[in-house]
Amino acid sequence: MSDEELNKLRRLLQDAPAPDTARKEAALRAAEESFAAFQESPPPARPTETAPERRGVLEGLLNMFANNSLRPAMLATSSLVIVGVGVALYQYDPNALTGPVGTSADEVAVLAEPLILESAPAPAVQSRAKSAELGAVTSFASDQAQILPMPTEPFVIEEESRDRFVNEDPNPLKITAEDPVSTFSTDVDTASYAWVRRSLQNGALPAPEAVRVEEMINYFPYDYAAPEGEAPFATQVSVSETPWNAGTKLVQIGLQGALPEVADRPPLNLVFLIDTSGSMQSADKLPLLIQSFRLMLGELRDEDQVAIVTYAGSAGVALEPTAAGDRRAIEAALTNLTAGGSTAGAAGLEQAYALAEEMTEDGDISRVLLATDGDFNVGLSSDDEMKTLIEAKRDSGTYLSVLGFGRGNLNDALMQTLAQNGNGQAAYIDTLAEAHKVLVDQLTGALFPIAGDVKVQVEWNPAQIAEYRLIGYETRALKREDFNNDKIDAGDIGAGLQVTALYEVAPVGSPAVLNDALRYGTAAEVSGSDELGFLRLRYKAPGEDVSQLIEQPITGSEGADAEAGFATAIAGFGQLLRGSDYLGDWSYADAIRLANISKGADPFGYRAEAITLMRLAESLAKGR
Amino acid sequence: MRMTTSDEALALAAANGDGEAFSTLIQRHYDRVHRMAWRLTGSQPDAEDLAHDILTALPAKLGGFRAEARFTTWLYRVVMNAATDRARKAQRRARARDGWGEDFKRLEAEAQEARESYDWLQTAMSALPPELRDTVALTLGEDLTQAQAADVLGVSEGTVAWRMSEVKKHLREMAEKEARL
Repeated sequence: MSDEELNKLRRLLQDAPAPDTARKEAALRAAEESFAAFQESPPPARPTETAPERRGVLEGLLNMFANNSLRPAMLATSSLVIVGVGVALYQYDPNALTGPVGTSADEVAVLAEPLILESAPAPAVQSRAKSAELGAVTSFASDQAQILPMPTEPFVIEEESRDRFVNEDPNPLKITAEDPVSTFSTDVDTASYAWVRRSLQNGALPAPEAVRVEEMINYFPYDYAAPEGEAPFATQVSVSETPWNAGTKLVQIGLQGALPEVADRPPLNLVFLIDTSGSMQSADKLPLLIQSFRLMLGELRDEDQVAIVTYAGSAGVALEPTAAGDRRAIEAALTNLTAGGSTAGAAGLEQAYALAEEMTEDGDISRVLLATDGDFNVGLSSDDEMKTLIEAKRDSGTYLSVLGFGRGNLNDALMQTLAQNGNGQAAYIDTLAEAHKVLVDQLTGALFPIAGDVKVQVEWNPAQIAEYRLIGYETRALKREDFNNDKIDAGDIGAGLQVTALYEVAPVGSPAVLNDALRYGTAAEVSGSDELGFLRLRYKAPGEDVSQLIEQPITGSEGADAEAGFATAIAGFGQLLRGSDYLGDWSYADAIRLANISKGADPFGYRAEAITLMRLAESLAKGR
Repeated sequence: MRMTTSDEALALAAANGDGEAFSTLIQRHYDRVHRMAWRLTGSQPDAEDLAHDILTALPAKLGGFRAEARFTTWLYRVVMNAATDRARKAQRRARARDGWGEDFKRLEAEAQEARESYDWLQTAMSALPPELRDTVALTLGEDLTQAQAADVLGVSEGTVAWRMSEVKKHLREMAEKEARL
């Protein structure tokens, strides 16, 4: 009889109702969104900690990594985990953002789990309250879904990105007779190029406002002659045909900073100011940042000093000033960094500057390296307030470098504000290779200023040049009278760094001149000179308040050197991405052709990479 | 494309960030999750909610999946734990899990016969202590062998056998009570 009952129970139980289709679809979609969010940020989506003691075990493990006085027995038992971490660290592929990457505590936790977890899975987290939390994760996912595309969907249209950029409209064409003088501040930032690269590699054309043409041009090293004698930099002018307009010429102005003997460099005090807010926890942010700083540590000397300040919710010193030779202490501090909380940017900056001043002795160079995704949301909230703070600190002699990380939250505008006003430079780190370029290859340039407040002024000769246009530098424009005013801040040039600027000029009488001559003529007196223009540079030696002047005529007979071609190709590429009106029918294909023939030796492969990006942009633009 | 890939391979790929594998996996198993959720709660709305929550939490849980276990075994555990957890939370709000199929009462069963069946099922399941109910859902509902059920429940095969005999005892008592009425 009981078997009959059992069969009845079986029959009824097996007769389960079919799932509701709409609910099923909703659940599947929510799960996929949750999955995407989880790839972006493992910790919040992980089950809540049901066993507090497990946390303790994990922390213990982490301390083990940090602590080098491990007993051999402990090393043996934890070797599996250490191998796992090693793999995660060194197989980092920046293009596959979904892969396991990690140095943060939570990443280690994932790897360490097999050793610690009992075989039964953790209880599922279900309740009305939990559902609300899961809902929050879901909405987070919809923010991030376009930002971090899954590899199965390579072509993404970015719609809801919270990345903020600063840019001005492209420089307009100027009529020489009316406005012969062009003044701008140098810009050695490269952030825009790295951003463009990341966009294209993710299968999306960058937003036009994210493209700053001069930063793209300045990303590449050019073969300029080094300055002779005591001069901090040399200038180089070349004139070549404009590939996109037969009637105009391109005037390229190159500055090459001197490269002092690296062995003679003064001791360096570095304060890493690291954003550890919750938004920094994805693989391309804090973990990449920690790896980047590791790369850099190898370049430092024993007499250099390093300190770490973190800011998230509240600012704190993670590492007191420590000799760079003490790698163990620095590594341990880096390993212990984890992301969480909101961003007390202002408090962090205050603390970092205070620490830098404390570390500075006579002859030292102190620099704060701010690493962030730009999310300053506690304390001084407006960019203006932040700018005021930075300007006040600038005079203390401490330099500031801003390193941008990640995507989806990047506040490019604030990065630019900070770097430009803090005597520093901004770079965007999207890959470990980029970190190597910025922090290792160009360490000297990035960290040792050789000239401050470098301003460029070109006066065009209206007798020779009818119209001119500065390509890029929109955010660096200065007023004509600012050139001689030493109180006006401008860009700095680091050791060995280069600055390149391109003007497109239309000679008098050229069919390319767009503006008709005025019927009643101009009052300007035109000299009989056959020079195209006159180049003036002002700079201050580091630590000095009075500027020095360099002057050089642009004769027009400078000729084009081989390096001009590549800079031109990049300038054209940048203008195509910005949607310039001045390029006519000139296309990505033309940029690729020009870049290919002028690629040169390209020892680091930067130029080859740029050509790949041009090809990507060409395909993406066709798809529009 | 990936329809022939094993559950286990898909789960491991998904745990490593493969979105396509994850999608395939959840499409393949949603119905199973839902079915099991229904068997454990006895209510269609609860089953939908539970399945939704389980799926949303699944990405975080996949890291805990080990290749040596069968994916379905692991999944049953996840569903069971989720149901237990849900019931525990509900208990705090004075809605004990013991009220198996509470929502059934509100269901308008179309046929009297079907209604009687549901009533019987509800009475039977409600009368069982939770651990017996879980065991029944796996063995009778999901048609798992006693060994498989034991694997999911984390108990020995003997325990499952013993529990099933307990279930029979319960059902017999129920039948006797019915006969007396």
